[in-house]
Amino acid sequence: MTPEWIFGLAGVLAAAAPLLIAVVGETFSERAGVVNLSVNGAMLLAAMAGFAVAVRTGSLELGFLTGAIIGALMALVVAFASLTLRQSQVAVGLVLALLGRDLAYFLGNPFMGMPGPRVGALPIPVLKDLPVLGPLVFQQSPVVYISLLTVALAWVWIFRTHPGLVLRCVGERPPAAFVRGVPVTRIRYTYAVLGGALVGFAGAAYTLDLKGGWQGPISGIDGIGWIVLAITIFGGWHPVRGAFGALLFALLQWLSLVLQPSLPGIPSQVLNVAPFPLMIFALLLTNLGNTEWVQTALSRLPESSRRFALRILRSLQVSPPAALGTVFEEE
Amino acid sequence: MKVEMRHIYKSFGPVRALQDVSLTVEAGTIHGLLGENGAGKTTLMKILSGYLRPDRGDIFLDGKPIRFASPAEGLRHGIGMLHQDPMDFPAMSVLDNFMMSHEGEFWLDRRRARRALQELAGQFGFDLDPDARVDRLTVGERQQLELLRLLWRGVQVLILDEPTTGISAPQKVRLFETLRRLAEEGKTIIFVTHKLEEVEELCHRVTVLRQGRLAGEATPPYSPQRLIEMMFGRPIPMPERQPVPPGEPVLEIRDLVVGDHRLRLSRVNLTVRSGEIIGLAGMEGSGQQLFMRACAGLVRPWEGSIRVRGEDLTGKPYHAFLEAGVLFVPANRLEEGLIPGLTLTEHFQLVYPNGRYLIDWEQARAEAQRRIRDFNIRGKPETMVEALSGGNQQRTLLALIRTPAHLLLLEHPTRGLDVESSMWVWRRLKERAQEGTALMVISSDLQELLQYCDRIIVFFSGRISEPMATEELTLDRLGHMIAGRGW
Amino acid sequence: MKEILLPRARPSRWIEFGFQGLSVLMALLFTTLVLLIAGAPPIEAYRQVLEGAFGSLKRATDILVAWVPLMLATSGLLLTFTAGLWNIGVEGQIMLGAIAATGVMRALQDTSLPPPLILILAMAAGMAGGAAWAGLVGLLKIYGGVHEIFGGLGLNFVATTLILWLIFGPWKRPGIGSMSGTEPFPERLWLPVFPGLRLSPWALLLALLSIALVYVLLRNTYFGLRLKAIGKNIRAAHLLGVPTARYLFLALLGCGAMAGLAGAVQVTAVYHRLIPPISSGYGYLGLLVAMLANYRVSWSIPVAFFFAALNIGSIQLPITLKLDSTLSGVMQGALVLFVLLMQGARARWQPKSAVETGDDA
Repeated sequence: MTPEWIFGLAGVLAAAAPLLIAVVGETFSERAGVVNLSVNGAMLLAAMAGFAVAVRTGSLELGFLTGAIIGALMALVVAFASLTLRQSQVAVGLVLALLGRDLAYFLGNPFMGMPGPRVGALPIPVLKDLPVLGPLVFQQSPVVYISLLTVALAWVWIFRTHPGLVLRCVGERPPAAFVRGVPVTRIRYTYAVLGGALVGFAGAAYTLDLKGGWQGPISGIDGIGWIVLAITIFGGWHPVRGAFGALLFALLQWLSLVLQPSLPGIPSQVLNVAPFPLMIFALLLTNLGNTEWVQTALSRLPESSRRFALRILRSLQVSPPAALGTVFEEE
Repeated sequence: MKVEMRHIYKSFGPVRALQDVSLTVEAGTIHGLLGENGAGKTTLMKILSGYLRPDRGDIFLDGKPIRFASPAEGLRHGIGMLHQDPMDFPAMSVLDNFMMSHEGEFWLDRRRARRALQELAGQFGFDLDPDARVDRLTVGERQQLELLRLLWRGVQVLILDEPTTGISAPQKVRLFETLRRLAEEGKTIIFVTHKLEEVEELCHRVTVLRQGRLAGEATPPYSPQRLIEMMFGRPIPMPERQPVPPGEPVLEIRDLVVGDHRLRLSRVNLTVRSGEIIGLAGMEGSGQQLFMRACAGLVRPWEGSIRVRGEDLTGKPYHAFLEAGVLFVPANRLEEGLIPGLTLTEHFQLVYPNGRYLIDWEQARAEAQRRIRDFNIRGKPETMVEALSGGNQQRTLLALIRTPAHLLLLEHPTRGLDVESSMWVWRRLKERAQEGTALMVISSDLQELLQYCDRIIVFFSGRISEPMATEELTLDRLGHMIAGRGW
Repeated sequence: MKEILLPRARPSRWIEFGFQGLSVLMALLFTTLVLLIAGAPPIEAYRQVLEGAFGSLKRATDILVAWVPLMLATSGLLLTFTAGLWNIGVEGQIMLGAIAATGVMRALQDTSLPPPLILILAMAAGMAGGAAWAGLVGLLKIYGGVHEIFGGLGLNFVATTLILWLIFGPWKRPGIGSMSGTEPFPERLWLPVFPGLRLSPWALLLALLSIALVYVLLRNTYFGLRLKAIGKNIRAAHLLGVPTARYLFLALLGCGAMAGLAGAVQVTAVYHRLIPPISSGYGYLGLLVAMLANYRVSWSIPVAFFFAALNIGSIQLPITLKLDSTLSGVMQGALVLFVLLMQGARARWQPKSAVETGDDA
């Protein structure tokens, strides 16, 4: 009854779900001005630890909780090192990205290939029987519902509530926010840790839901954290645009799998690595308008076509929170 | 609300910003706080608003002692400050800026805020579009927005730090009307300024600060002579201006069109001759920075041509300008001018390498020593530039200007310097002019421009005046033009 | 009213050593905790690592075998770090060096050219390959506005895939391709080693040369001074007349060439073929070495040696204690992390004195 491609797209939605959650997490953190580069290590460690705890306790909930706590702790280290100790966010984030990965492989060694609990599909009564939408959205695992809810809630939070307004302002101009009585550092800590928790939750979703189990270095999770960081930029620090970015990635990856049999000349490894050039290309699109040679080329165009070219570049361009990665010292 | 500050002390490291300063302001009055740059006015007000904590001293509101740990507490007690540089969020809408504060109801009620904004704006005759982005507003409008926001939050004590810097003349008139009305309504207003005429026009009482200490108080009718004495402590000697006979054209600008996302300068024509000093006057952001950066090759013009000593440099990269002897000295010394983390010797070697590949550090050190002496820099060859004081950083910047230079472009060369340092800088610049270099200088100190420049160009929100000979100008005329009148 | 706060001018050497010692202690504590969580006996594990690293002369020289590519990568990274670049793409640059070197070896191994010439050509190709991969990062950054972290990382994954594709595709072993890599080169094309050891004097020489080169470049040349200026304040460097784009590009090319050389050494002196993990993570490890050495050439030599020793010492762990050999990575990462944290803690909580301000404030 239901056409094949709907199941394919449902798979895309499922594959994108952890990405959505992690992108929203990183968006929160960066909106508050903290670039958490440890995402890749945090997701791997959370994936491993979440699975290990779930195996030992038999509880999926505890598994996810562990993942979230690990992500939050790693974000806390980045926040503490940069906000309190004034060390470079890039340096600390990077070290944690590497350390998290090695820790995951070291501690996860005994759990490799073990059978463990896995989140199943949770069809939603009534809605699941809707044509198209039913099989596409409402017969998924709870992680998918959570991811969609996270995006929606993040949007409402950032653009419709007062704490969201404060968050945007802190990322934009911390001294001005401080003058208005906002405890800037506390807010930065809060969102960095919250973002880290979401990232960790997303990591756990890989082993507890999407991939089902921990396979060590061949789990296929390594590298996703970097994609998350790139999508956050591509999404212009906007949860909905970021979500579209994540869905687009998942869709392209699925397409490459579907198209593989019809492209015999291209080995499978090439398609597996497709996300990474894609990531570079996406960043290229968003940043091209800022580069000097493009500006020079534009200045040579006649005014009418310059306007047109500028409009196209602007629509792709994103502007980061102005205070991204900076330190702010309260008196 | 009556405000009393008693025996306030505040130091930043070894720098004593405030020493034993007391201030009493009665409710319902406009109280002036007068002093030159660096006198400690802003520090004192930041302490009152809770942004800084005093090292010693007490603050009383209506006789009750108060201690603030943060601006949040200042606001809670009804004290609000309008900062010199508007402390708002440029990338966000007027309405979001208006609503932004540390506390508020969970859900943003944009409709209610919009109504409140429009009502308040109507009361004071301000015209603000709630949906415009703040970075599209003029400084005066941003100030109006901040004022309305503070009033909406119910402040009783309003501090304004140099509020007339950067706003137009009609905006200033409206601001003064507003302040008088607020005082009549019983609000306490503290007006920080370094301009005598504003004190005379507006204030019920004035406190003068000099070098972090209380210099005196006065009430109307004011004696300008007395106030100046309190501000400066002594008369300032002014050197004579000797015009240099201008020589060959160095810079020729024809039909230049240049712009950024906010401003557009159209069809500028200008010829600058060797030995000439041209002053660029205007409120911050009126287009003079853009113009100067276009002349330096840092901003590409959209149309028109720039020739330096006959060579067409239009659209060429910055390096071509450098090689043609066009040198640019930016205003923000540690962000654009110097390299924190590098020593004086290393700076000099960057600009004057004495070899192609290998550095002879011994020779480099000796050369640095010589330049340090020549330019009167207080520092050693091994001193990192960030450890120098502002004046010494400025002297270092001047020492880094290559010779030969045909055209020197300087942004605010004396900003933040004391009188002596400023005079030293100008003496140096004059020498360069006498050697045949053409100079263009941006400054917000009109007195200084009138004193040292041969011709002055005024910028007002993207409009450019003809170059005017300084002899034919007065401070008053210049002031009017900067504010957009008498064009 | 801007003030500049700096940590007190020159803290005594003892305080400095004290803080360093404390970070080492904390890293050790952290690793011990990790071992306990893994259910392993910590003391025994440390003993095994020591034993694995220094248990015999052969093992001790194996440390140098690992030290050579690590040092080459680190030397290159000191150039890019000085220019303020986060060249995470160094890992891929090693791989491209290995690929290019393998390509030359495969093309020339059946010719009658003298082996030394083939090896030199392979090394040169390795340098060119690494430099090209780094150049790509530079182009993406300078002309595309793509931050070097993302450009470099993306290209690392592409490089991994490229190796896999070559091993399973065009450079497949006769019969069936496998993870064991390409067909080994004939023995006459192996870089000569000390008798009975895996260490090649030529490789060692290359590493020492690269250290000397970077040391002189950074300390005594205008090239180094300009890189430093760019790294500290690119805007001001540009205004002072430094051609920033060119120097950023050159720094990347230099780093890529040294990383590529590391890859070529791995191919010609250690594995004698192209294998999937040819870079062995020495690129990422080089980043940690440079950070721990506080971006100084002289300190990076012992730090790289220490890290190489940890790597070699951990190789036996899976057999002796059934522990994953990534323990070395955990120790290295923890060490750098705690040193960074302690650096911050010291600057933060040591009594501060504002910088002397002169005539005006």
